[in-house]
Amino acid sequence: MADDTPHTQQAVDEPSQEGGDAPAQPAFDLEVEQSHKWYRRPDVLVPVTLVVLGLSLLAIVPAPSGRFSSQFSPGREVSFGWDYFFHLLPQMLRGLYTTARATVLGFLIAATLGMVMAMLRRSQNRVVSLPTAFLIEFIRSTPILVQMFFAQVLVRSVDWLSLNPIVILFLVLGIHYATYASEAYRAGINSVPKGQWEAAVALNLDPVTKWTRIIIPQAIPNVLPTLGNYLVAAFKDAPIGDAVLSTAGVLFFANTIRAEDFRPVEPYLLIGVGFLLVSLPAAWLVRRLEAHIAYERG
Amino acid sequence: MLTPGQYAQLWNGMLATVQILAGAFALGIFLSLVVGVGRLSDRRWVRGISFGFVEFARGISSIILLFIMVIAIPILLGDMIPWLRGRSVAVLGALALGVNMGGYGAEIIRGSILAIPKGQTEASIALNLNPTQRLRYVVLPQALRIILPPMGNLTIEILKGTALVSVVGGFDLMRATQNQIASMLARGAIGVTVLFVNVLVIYFILAQGVNALFRLAERALDRRFQQRPASKGVRIDATVGAETDG
Amino acid sequence: MRTNVAEPDRNDVSDKGAASVRFRAVDKAFGALTVLEDLHLDVEPGERVVVIGPSGSGKTTILRVTMTLEHIDAGTIQIGGEQLYHEPTSAGTLKPASEKHIRKVRSNIGMVFQHFNLFPHMSAIENVMLAPIKVHGVSRDEAQHNGMELLAKVGLAEHANHTPGQLSGGQKQRVAIARALATSPSVMLFDEVTSALDPELVGDVLNVLRDIAEEGRTTMMLVTHEMGFAREIADRVLMFDKGRVVESGPPSQVLDNPQQERTRSFLGAVAEH
Repeated sequence: MADDTPHTQQAVDEPSQEGGDAPAQPAFDLEVEQSHKWYRRPDVLVPVTLVVLGLSLLAIVPAPSGRFSSQFSPGREVSFGWDYFFHLLPQMLRGLYTTARATVLGFLIAATLGMVMAMLRRSQNRVVSLPTAFLIEFIRSTPILVQMFFAQVLVRSVDWLSLNPIVILFLVLGIHYATYASEAYRAGINSVPKGQWEAAVALNLDPVTKWTRIIIPQAIPNVLPTLGNYLVAAFKDAPIGDAVLSTAGVLFFANTIRAEDFRPVEPYLLIGVGFLLVSLPAAWLVRRLEAHIAYERG
Repeated sequence: MLTPGQYAQLWNGMLATVQILAGAFALGIFLSLVVGVGRLSDRRWVRGISFGFVEFARGISSIILLFIMVIAIPILLGDMIPWLRGRSVAVLGALALGVNMGGYGAEIIRGSILAIPKGQTEASIALNLNPTQRLRYVVLPQALRIILPPMGNLTIEILKGTALVSVVGGFDLMRATQNQIASMLARGAIGVTVLFVNVLVIYFILAQGVNALFRLAERALDRRFQQRPASKGVRIDATVGAETDG
Repeated sequence: MRTNVAEPDRNDVSDKGAASVRFRAVDKAFGALTVLEDLHLDVEPGERVVVIGPSGSGKTTILRVTMTLEHIDAGTIQIGGEQLYHEPTSAGTLKPASEKHIRKVRSNIGMVFQHFNLFPHMSAIENVMLAPIKVHGVSRDEAQHNGMELLAKVGLAEHANHTPGQLSGGQKQRVAIARALATSPSVMLFDEVTSALDPELVGDVLNVLRDIAEEGRTTMMLVTHEMGFAREIADRVLMFDKGRVVESGPPSQVLDNPQQERTRSFLGAVAEH
């Protein structure tokens, strides 16, 4: 009947078909093809692999050590000079590398710990889920700067515990962003339609199959871009460690040079530019990934 | 537990923190609106500038932006804008955090405007409202309901960001805390730990306060959408000619 | 914040009388899809024209380009003798109209939508009062008085303070009609105003349309699928297909004795439905 019902050009909302329906049955002599998964597509797979490789490299290889020193006597008559700006560039990059590395290591903790938190939060047992929920909320809504001071004091007060400042930095980053990651996981899991859970029950799947074949594959496309955004956010918070724990990142570089040469404009503008040169492409990549996956999800 | 004197100091610090937050929030909301609407402008250059601002404000780390704003900008632009010279760290810090908030807020506003059904704009064109009126009377009031929850989260992020002002030498709750550390170390590290737990709890309470305020606003808005209080509406008399009361 | 009130026809929500609508060689395409092709159409002041045709035939687009919701690609449209999309230059030729000019001419047109498009954050009376106050600079009291009269006319005076969420579909559509009437437009466009309604609510809305038609203060262009209603109300019926007028004439001719095969098959399909 519908084909003759006149409509306007304006699209009338039609109930959209939610994914998950099996395609039409093939004829008997056809081979069953592996369904096309979003993560197998080269346009998603290649960049994601490259990024993961790059980040792993970053995690493994430490920055060359050594003090920051400008060894340059900038004149006092102008407030900004390009020669000084570019002279500082190599050392800034060294600081930036340290910052990025702490971010990646911290985020490895965040991604793992976040999953644990998400599971504890989902627990049926309220003795487990409620304190976890409170802890997540507490850590999320207090400044990471204060948390870093707190961690430093805590480490100092325990005699047998001595941690490198950079270790404290990525531990705090990791725990702080684990709370964000856990919310991302939770939202991702909740985004799987109720019908999918019911279908898994109806098919009598065991919990492992249910999670690994049904829930997680559908949750990941929602979670991945959010995690990417938090990775970028963690990168922006990592320089706080330089101010609190004196880790040798970009901000520490700028503070050191400023104390040495009393010329603050160039080092701070330089780290601002350096930061944008990393965070903007990173954010752009995340958006691309988001768009690709959104397209796939239709 | 801390001594009353210590709590008094933390209280002063907290007031300073709230002031910085209020300043950053005011600037942040203003920038969010201007830039968020600018992102959807018909004029290319307005879109371009707005996009540039958003990318900058979201791309840069807030602590680095804070250092740039407090230390580098007054030196660099002080001759051009004398106002910047001699500004307190709190004001410059609020400025930096406001810019930061504006970048994220603009995207919230933009998204919420795009989420309003096209029919609403079409109806307001059919009523011959001009673009500013469409935005003010039709789109933004509806967008507000979508804006509030993420804006509340953003405000909490900015509240957390205010602690960074202490690092560039401003006075706030975090600075008030650090001022006490030296005297507390004499009593051992446990005292400092207790101090920090107190400070974390204060930040947590502030964040919950912000959260509660936004929830209240959401509830008020929901009520307005469902039913208007009679006092604000039109009195319906037996005769058709109606008058307003109040 | 001070509201800037529209420049044209301040304080003018009084009856301006019906106006003509003239399409000349109007083209409109969405990408590769042509929806209006070399359209010539004259609607006389006070005339009631019903446009019928299959979905995708471009019939809604006629209304939408008249309301400037979509802009035309070529040709001209005149409302009450004034160019809608063009302004005369000093040399006597036409140039594309400024936003200001479009708004001035557009203030003579009102439109009612298939999906009502009421403002959900305003009560019924506020929906009706908005344009008179903000666009035409009418005082609040006067706008309210007129608004209540209009709501009474569509049978909804007692619902003045209800928000759209509290109204049924038919009530919403009647508020939307009152809202469109509030500025006394010379031309009224009705875009499938009953197709989103439950069948039992259609009658009330059609009654309101009948009243407007009877008063005859405005030119009416309607897109509708209610063939019975079209027969009753229309001075002229246009059968539209593939961007062109296939057949045009009084309802007794087009609906009851169509000359074109395309019209016959369309009417046949609608009747079956």
